[in-house]
Amino acid sequence: MSIFADASTRLVVQGITGREGSFHSRQMIEYGTQVVAGVTPGKGGQTFEGKVPIFNTVADAVRATGANTSVIYVPPMGAAAAIAEAADGGIPLIVCITEGIPVMHMSRTMPFVRSRGVRLIGPNCPGLITPGARAKVGIIPGNICSEGRVGLVSRSGTLTYEVVNHLTRNGIGQSTCVGIGGDPIIGTNFIDCLAAFEADPETDAIVMIGEIGGTDEQNAAAFVKEKITKPVVGFIAGQTAPKGRRMGHAGAIISGSSGTAEEKLAAFENAGIGIMRRPVDVVALLKDRKAGKAKGKK
Amino acid sequence: MNLHEYQARTLLQAVGIPMFEGDVASTPTEAEAIARRIGGTVVIKAQVHAGGRGKAGGVKLARNPAEAADEAAQILGMTIKGLTVHKVLVVPAAEIASESYVGLIMDRESQRPVFMVSSAGGVDIEEVAAKTPEKIVRLAVDPTYGLFPHQALSLAFALYRDFNHVKAAAKIMEQLYRAFADNGASLAEINPLVTTPEGKVLALDAKISIDDNELFWRPDLGVLRDDSAEEPSEAAARRANLSFIKLDGNVGCVVNGAGLAMATMDLVKYYGGEPANFLDIGGSSSPEKVINALKIITADPHVKAILFNIFGGITRTDDVANGIVAATSQFKVAVPVVIRLTGTNEAEAIRILNGVGMTALSDMDEAVQRVVQLVREAA
Repeated sequence: MSIFADASTRLVVQGITGREGSFHSRQMIEYGTQVVAGVTPGKGGQTFEGKVPIFNTVADAVRATGANTSVIYVPPMGAAAAIAEAADGGIPLIVCITEGIPVMHMSRTMPFVRSRGVRLIGPNCPGLITPGARAKVGIIPGNICSEGRVGLVSRSGTLTYEVVNHLTRNGIGQSTCVGIGGDPIIGTNFIDCLAAFEADPETDAIVMIGEIGGTDEQNAAAFVKEKITKPVVGFIAGQTAPKGRRMGHAGAIISGSSGTAEEKLAAFENAGIGIMRRPVDVVALLKDRKAGKAKGKK
Repeated sequence: MNLHEYQARTLLQAVGIPMFEGDVASTPTEAEAIARRIGGTVVIKAQVHAGGRGKAGGVKLARNPAEAADEAAQILGMTIKGLTVHKVLVVPAAEIASESYVGLIMDRESQRPVFMVSSAGGVDIEEVAAKTPEKIVRLAVDPTYGLFPHQALSLAFALYRDFNHVKAAAKIMEQLYRAFADNGASLAEINPLVTTPEGKVLALDAKISIDDNELFWRPDLGVLRDDSAEEPSEAAARRANLSFIKLDGNVGCVVNGAGLAMATMDLVKYYGGEPANFLDIGGSSSPEKVINALKIITADPHVKAILFNIFGGITRTDDVANGIVAATSQFKVAVPVVIRLTGTNEAEAIRILNGVGMTALSDMDEAVQRVVQLVREAA
């Protein structure tokens, strides 16, 4: 098993002929991902590097290849439209890597995505990777990952790599690593991933990497306390970040929260989540919890 | 991107929201002329990107044009929360019968623009929200349809009993939503929305923030950016496409990715150092970005050592190495530099650095401990 991506993943790359799209398509293919189609309007009928057929639309790609997952490398101004196209084209899992999409575009697109009953991961995220199935959807470097039983979910990109690297170098493999993205409006949040890891028989423990801002981590901590039986360890980046000069009052009123690291760490503590003070602490905390579980819990 | 009050006024007036007349001045003489044109007592308001202007002495009454000039002279050049005041807004000191709050924000949780209104407007609105949340009425707007007239009315009924006030306020809600949606705002706030003894409903103060991601295709909004309202090094970084925040410490940090950049600052502090900045060189790197980053960091005289922390993914570590080599050949970096890089094209990066007698570490903790030690030795 694993979550979201596995051996059955058949990937279509939207924006496969662009600079980022072509570079990362090569990387995904090299890793072992089944890249079955590309989409670039106007280039239908061509092939990507002589191997992957290119289609004008996602719907064409789905019909011809049975693609069931899409990854989007389309530039910011067209990316929300690409998400809508994938949702409309019958893709059940859409992963949007693009950074810089206007938030109003996402606010308009999300109700449509939900109406189609499909899952969006991102935008502005590194994607996901399931090392055991050689399925990489996005830009997480494959060589730092290893097959195993720890699930990882993160709001960051390179900080995720840092933590995964510590895991792999210390012999702790991963079931799936998911980057959910740092934008204000994202399709899949911590809670969605926590629930999926909880249900996944191939995941034994969960690592959660958050940042300052918003209330996602606090909500996730409450969910962990209530619903998650597997050990969870967590990190919050930005413990030393300065408090910004705030404009207006609406931000504070809407959440009733300042989104500080202290607030989030307190929520972690309260939920029994093991707190990483440094990225490297992930290794000792997971080993502790594994030992604790073997001894203490049934 | 935050707008000044006078710029927000322009956007709100463009959609027809009624406001008191008023104008912006950069000199006491200009303020005096505006006060004369308005006539009577006026309010002089500092234009800075910070809240709490009144409490900081940035909002003053002036009974006549001469006083307006004096007060403007006091406020222009003053510093509020670290920001220098370059402009003042001059508006009439009108009589006010009631003050309400109207806020519209892009809400992460509902993923929609959400209105928040309260008849208890004014500077203490956050206290109202914390202590008596029932006094804040909320409404999420589906951006597919926009704000329906009945929704605008229900918001207005939450503020006023007099139906004339209600009708006027409902129109303002619709106009505010249009200004928010059409300009790609992340925040639009009228605080206070006032009624006058004559029964008019007007916006007395306005705040708007524009989603930075909109600016790429909205150059008309981009020109509203006020470079002088920013820390000069932060403005320079933005022009170089770097995400940079200046801090008070002495360890300069160059990192790829915002999360890793924050984690690097946290780790510097963990090992007893003080970060001099937050700097994210972004995903796809180029040697130019590294050169610009080093220029901005070395311009800060407090910086005693510089730490590179690069985890190559999209970022190619050989690009960063080339940038470091190019920068150090272009200008002298007088403080020690510690380089940690790992990931994409790492072997090539190390070869490039070794070629000019530099070395790189592969472990983040080791690199941070090294740079903190170097700063201690320099002190």
